Amino acid sequence: MAAPMLRWVGRGRLWTFARVDGGSCHRRGAPTGSTSNRIRGQSSVAQQPLYTTQKPRKGEHKWAAVVGLEIHAQISSNSKLFSGSQVRFSAPPNSLVSFFDASLPGTLPVLNRRCVEAAVMTGLALNCHINKKSLFDRKHYFYADLPAGYQITQQRLPIAVNGSLTYGVCAGKKQSQVIPKTVRIKQIQLEQDSGKSLHDDLRSQTLIDLNRAEGQLRVDANISVHHPGEPLGVRTEVKNLNSIRFLAKAIDYEIQRQIDELENGGEILNETRSFHHQLGCTMSMRDKEGKQDYRFMPEPNLPPLVLYDATSLPAGADPQQVINIDQIRETLPELPRVTRERLVQQYGMLLEHSFTLLNEVGLLEFFQNVIKETRAEPKKVTSWVLNTFLGYLKQQNLAVSESPVTPSALAELLDLLDSRTISSAAAKQVFEELWKGEGKTPGQIVSEKQLELMEDRGSLEQLCHSVMEAHPQVVMDLKEGNPRAINKLIGLVRKATQSRADPAMIKEILEKKLSS
Amino acid sequence: MKSNTREATGQHTRECGVSAALKQGQITPTELCQKCLSLIKKTKFLNAYITVSEEVALKQAEESEKRYKNGQSLGDLDGIPVAVKDNFSTSGIETTCASNMLKGYIPPYNATVVQKLLDQGALLMGKTNLDEFAMGSGSTDGVFGPVKNPWSYSKQYREKRKQNPHSKNEDSDWLITGGSSGGSAAAVSAFTCYAALGSDTGGSTRNPAAHCGLVGFKPSYGLVSRHGLIPLVNSMDVPGILTRCVDDAAIVLGALAGPDPKDSTTVHDPINKPFMLPSLADVSKLCIGIPKEYLVPELSSEVRSLWSKAADLFESEGAKVLEVSLPHTSYSIVCYHVLCTSEVASNMARFDGLQYGHRCDIDVSTEAMYAATRREGFNDVVRGRILSGNFFLLKENYENYFVKAQKVRRLIANDFVNAFNSGVDVLLTPTTLSEAVPYLEFIKEDNRTRSAQDDIFTQAVNMAGLPAVSIPVALSNQGLPIGLQFIGRAFCDQQLLTVAKWFEKQVQFPVIQLQELMDDCSAVLENEKLASVSLKQ
Repeated sequence: MAAPMLRWVGRGRLWTFARVDGGSCHRRGAPTGSTSNRIRGQSSVAQQPLYTTQKPRKGEHKWAAVVGLEIHAQISSNSKLFSGSQVRFSAPPNSLVSFFDASLPGTLPVLNRRCVEAAVMTGLALNCHINKKSLFDRKHYFYADLPAGYQITQQRLPIAVNGSLTYGVCAGKKQSQVIPKTVRIKQIQLEQDSGKSLHDDLRSQTLIDLNRAEGQLRVDANISVHHPGEPLGVRTEVKNLNSIRFLAKAIDYEIQRQIDELENGGEILNETRSFHHQLGCTMSMRDKEGKQDYRFMPEPNLPPLVLYDATSLPAGADPQQVINIDQIRETLPELPRVTRERLVQQYGMLLEHSFTLLNEVGLLEFFQNVIKETRAEPKKVTSWVLNTFLGYLKQQNLAVSESPVTPSALAELLDLLDSRTISSAAAKQVFEELWKGEGKTPGQIVSEKQLELMEDRGSLEQLCHSVMEAHPQVVMDLKEGNPRAINKLIGLVRKATQSRADPAMIKEILEKKLSS
Repeated sequence: MKSNTREATGQHTRECGVSAALKQGQITPTELCQKCLSLIKKTKFLNAYITVSEEVALKQAEESEKRYKNGQSLGDLDGIPVAVKDNFSTSGIETTCASNMLKGYIPPYNATVVQKLLDQGALLMGKTNLDEFAMGSGSTDGVFGPVKNPWSYSKQYREKRKQNPHSKNEDSDWLITGGSSGGSAAAVSAFTCYAALGSDTGGSTRNPAAHCGLVGFKPSYGLVSRHGLIPLVNSMDVPGILTRCVDDAAIVLGALAGPDPKDSTTVHDPINKPFMLPSLADVSKLCIGIPKEYLVPELSSEVRSLWSKAADLFESEGAKVLEVSLPHTSYSIVCYHVLCTSEVASNMARFDGLQYGHRCDIDVSTEAMYAATRREGFNDVVRGRILSGNFFLLKENYENYFVKAQKVRRLIANDFVNAFNSGVDVLLTPTTLSEAVPYLEFIKEDNRTRSAQDDIFTQAVNMAGLPAVSIPVALSNQGLPIGLQFIGRAFCDQQLLTVAKWFEKQVQFPVIQLQELMDDCSAVLENEKLASVSLKQ
């Protein structure tokens, strides 16, 4: 309980897509007629599934869907939002519970500075207006894992409002086209997390864990459909979606269900639904009491949260007692959007490549370290990092941090390639050796395996000569006017050099010899 | 206490009170503790204590004694017996709020104020009785039964009653203490301790202080930590102090005041510490405000006359006495009702039987368990307030009730600001409408009506967060104490107490005479002046 949570409420954009025919609202699986694409977020920010526009058939009515997300994300902090007890993943149940977390009578909340800073930073990153004064409220409901009978949140005046996040969605045949999108952020609020109920159906018991330091992401999706130009439809809320994949599935399903329902003359109820992971459909939660009245009221034990900026900071204020928005802005790291633009500009890379670099934890840093140490062209580096290196990682399901190949090793390898010491084919061979993680440098591997390009023209000429002599039929073909036969000769010479010779040079020597 | 307050009398200073006696070795902490424990036993019928922490107190006394022997006394409160209202969390000692809901609940931590008293070497005698969850004004509505006012058994009251031919059966005619901190008031009044903690949300410390002839002090909101005080109304609650004289209240305040990292509503601005009160020689620079709205028809003629005399006293000594207006006073009761019940509804939500306190036997569902637990655990008063509060907080009602009440609260607070801005230093008002009434008369009205009547002069102060103190002034015709209230500017607690101290000195309120009641304890009272009076005189 009381793990610090941030809550984003992103208001949905309108997505139009074609009406699709019929279909039962109880159909399992993803609805037909819409393909959902999604990007992986750089942070756990509002993700919107995109419904690609399809041309409506004649006489068909277009539908538009509106999706709003309430995203609960755990703040990475050492202690809880309102108590000094620790936050630690997979700690034994109820081992990190202070008297306040257990709601012992007489205990009071004390706001965690780190959480406020994290909320401000998140607000800045999401282009929000930061409220210099925000308030805390109590939200009441009875539940076994809510020991106080209320949750402290920011209902009326949250810490940040009116933000936006721009992101790209891959589209086109090869998903190579990136379409920029913007999602609006309504508000960001600090919220105390509830505890966790563990239901033991066998003994019909419920056990409560008040640690609540898990579940970094939880999303409630509000969904409605309507015809463009007409008022918005009645919305449903799909609760407790805990992965991006399920979120997309649930939204896809729910949009289609609502369309089907309406087209079959039914109506949409304003209700809470849950997503069934196995069946892939949403189901009414059938709250016995209907809509809850949370009886919000101001939290009297926490004074208004006042933030300062450079202009409003009182003179001589104790830095430990105040939070300076401008100071936090300065510590804000480069935002992913900016990084991507920089990569495109600086290295002439494709936008989708910049997405890939940022979406894989640690990959950008790896890339930049290689760039720093190599003379190779950035495009070469990009290609090697995204194709070869990432390909090996994916194949073995490894994280960047677990890679057996260091940025320095790859940089050295690319230098060897760049200086034409080895061929591309040899480079691949060296990389494969490096991946074994035996601690050899690319240089060592090249010399051990004798992979250097043959720089000695004399011996290459001799080799060409021998090959021509050994294959008089091919030479004949060539002379009789089959120009493609030279490729066979080149291949034979390369084989004889163990791929160490430059094919261009081989070709040149062969042509010279043939014409003489 | 009050041992190091030296009053200059000519060329020499004199030290007096029990603190001095402890320092000079005239009495040891253990002897003092045992005397108080024996008085607690003698006065058990008053029902002042819910829990007597005899072992804890004796052990603390032993440690205090060692410190005195080594010349390492912790200060004025070292070795001094104190009592704590049973809505303050005490580590290892049952804390019940006089409710079935918390019977058997033993907190694992001390309220900050309790810890501060212990850190000063005070001896914790026990936990005192109250109205359930401090909801009441009589100390009659707790699960452990009503508290009896020690003045019911005083020589002063008894003698007056003998003169009255209409007086009925004495045994059933005992008086209420007022409340909700009636147990703390009775404990101090009956000499079982030297100071006690109460809590004050709408007058719960000042009201019983007035009825029991004590000084009852409500500090500025934010001056003293609420951490560990089981809340009634968080935005109005403050720990209160009950003592036998103003200097003692200042000593206790000195020990308790200050910011607490565990209570975010405590203020960081430095406050003059310790709270040493100067003896005011001259009140001619003082301006006393008399709020005209406090002259209500229900006010007894005796209280009214004493109030008027007090104003005259200030005036005759050269102070400026002004009539002031607090125009929104009449809205205070209804406003308080909405805000109080709303917060109560919220604060009581945690008592669900799951983690601590009472749990019913029903286990068909969690909801059924909650409902039955709360029905069994809370009395009608608490349940009634929870219901009202939840009603006011409903989405459809919130704007019409809660938000409006908050606005009225602001107006009431502004009334005080305006009065003080007009040059008034302190306000002088009655504390209660009349002196303490007999229990049988008190219970003729329900708790809600009583609370509304009895809080009339005290609760607006809580809405404004101001410091206020009730000072015993004189005995009524019946021989019962009557108190008057001084209200000060926010965080001008020291100035307020300084004025109160001057007034206390002028009125010379008589000491309660309980010899008859505690016949075989009379030795304690007669022979050892130490135990009979305050820490000071």
